Amino acid sequence: MKFRTSASAAVLATLALALTACGGESGNAGDKPAGESTGANAPKLPTYAVASGVKVDSATLKKAQQAGKLVVGAKNDQPYLGFEDTTGKRSGFDVEIAKMVAADLGFKPEQLEFKTVDSNVRETTISKGEVDLYVGTYTINDERKKQVGFAGPYFKAGADLLVRKDEKGITGPDSLKGKTVCSIKGSTPLQEIKKPKYGAKTVELSKYSECVQQLLNNEVDAVTTDDAILKGYAAQRPAKLKVIGQPFTEEPYGVGMNKDDKALRDAVNDALEKHEKNGDYKKAYDATLGLSGSPYAEPPAVERY
Amino acid sequence: MNVLLDHLADFREGFIGTVLLTFASGLLAMVLGVIIAGFRVSPVPPLRMFGTAWVTLFRNTPLTLLFLVAWFVVPVVFVPGLSPWMKALLALSFYTSAFVCEAIRSGINTVPLGQAEAARSLGMSFSQTLRLIVLPQATRTVIPPLSSIFIALTKNSAIAGAFSVTELFGVQKMLSDQGFTITWIFLWVALGYLVITFSISGLFRLLERRLGVAR
Repeated sequence: MKFRTSASAAVLATLALALTACGGESGNAGDKPAGESTGANAPKLPTYAVASGVKVDSATLKKAQQAGKLVVGAKNDQPYLGFEDTTGKRSGFDVEIAKMVAADLGFKPEQLEFKTVDSNVRETTISKGEVDLYVGTYTINDERKKQVGFAGPYFKAGADLLVRKDEKGITGPDSLKGKTVCSIKGSTPLQEIKKPKYGAKTVELSKYSECVQQLLNNEVDAVTTDDAILKGYAAQRPAKLKVIGQPFTEEPYGVGMNKDDKALRDAVNDALEKHEKNGDYKKAYDATLGLSGSPYAEPPAVERY
Repeated sequence: MNVLLDHLADFREGFIGTVLLTFASGLLAMVLGVIIAGFRVSPVPPLRMFGTAWVTLFRNTPLTLLFLVAWFVVPVVFVPGLSPWMKALLALSFYTSAFVCEAIRSGINTVPLGQAEAARSLGMSFSQTLRLIVLPQATRTVIPPLSSIFIALTKNSAIAGAFSVTELFGVQKMLSDQGFTITWIFLWVALGYLVITFSISGLFRLLERRLGVAR
């Protein structure tokens, strides 16, 4: 008897565990979107022609050429943006940007080494030279320019709202009165939404994936953060989620690198411009964030300084 | 030092949040714990089984997992639309109730069987025996372990900070994110917890003295 009750309790606990697993970091692509990369008519990822005999007067690049590999810092938990699946394969729009830049700098895909670097240690990692470049939803701002150099911007992101596909009531930040909005603790868009003028209730969790799960469970009405990140989640579940598309802050994403390496900065800017012109950029977008159904926008002009 | 003065409101809110959450879940855990302990010593087999299952389940599940269940399972399977605070209250009090139950049961087991038998032979019902004879004697024994359980509860309430509840530990996270010196923040937050846990242990020492009876 004793044994049987604890066995059933164990079963219950396991069940609870299995159920909550969906609330954790899920690496599956949710409901298969129409444009799933396995489909016949799905947008294909472009391949980038690797340049040869690249000569740039850059210390970082010379070191990387000698080592025969380019180390790029990235995110690993943002689906269709910067994501690492269980097998260690990386995918997403930021990853594609890294690949096209690396190709122009003369590195083959197998010479490209990704390293996961979290937001709070980006500046330190770059200035210590642990990564040669950094591509991962890295907003360019003056405070950061004191510590790192930026090429780009290659994408103009902005805080936006992710809602359920059938949501009619929310059309932008001004229609949030009495609605519940989820984001992660300490995020900038949340500070904005908290302002009394919006009249929204907020929920703060520790992972975006938890917020998305709450949204799917009808426990919150919207999730807020950079639209690029939200588009990634919408691309995972295009039948259930959509991004409003009314950005209410400006977050230009750049490629981070050593602060004083102007030669490398110019080379990366050249690479970005080249791939934006020849259509690779759009192809990369269509095969990643574009799967969310959010329309393609022209990339911002790079700022050389 | 400055970080405390500049963000006194935040610290105060966090402190009050922790105190309220600890107090509320302590109260609910106490009520649940006594009921479940009653179940576990009752003469009715299904109730005994229920009590055993309850304790086994909640005592052996990590608290963070219970929080995840409260957030991602309870709304879907049981009640939708609970506030974050209610979810934290449920997770904390169910978890703690299992420990309270076991402390009380061990207290009940220290009361000589002759006491209960005497009560029964006087014609008291099971619940009367428990209420009038056994529990009052058991109380003295359970005060020290209960004190430890409530101190643990205070510290466990920090997990609620990661689940959208304003409390002391969340203040630490918020201020660290803003880039203040972590040493000072930790010092003040730790002091806040100390104030609460010292009050609890002081209160229980007082109870122990009041209720202490020579056996």
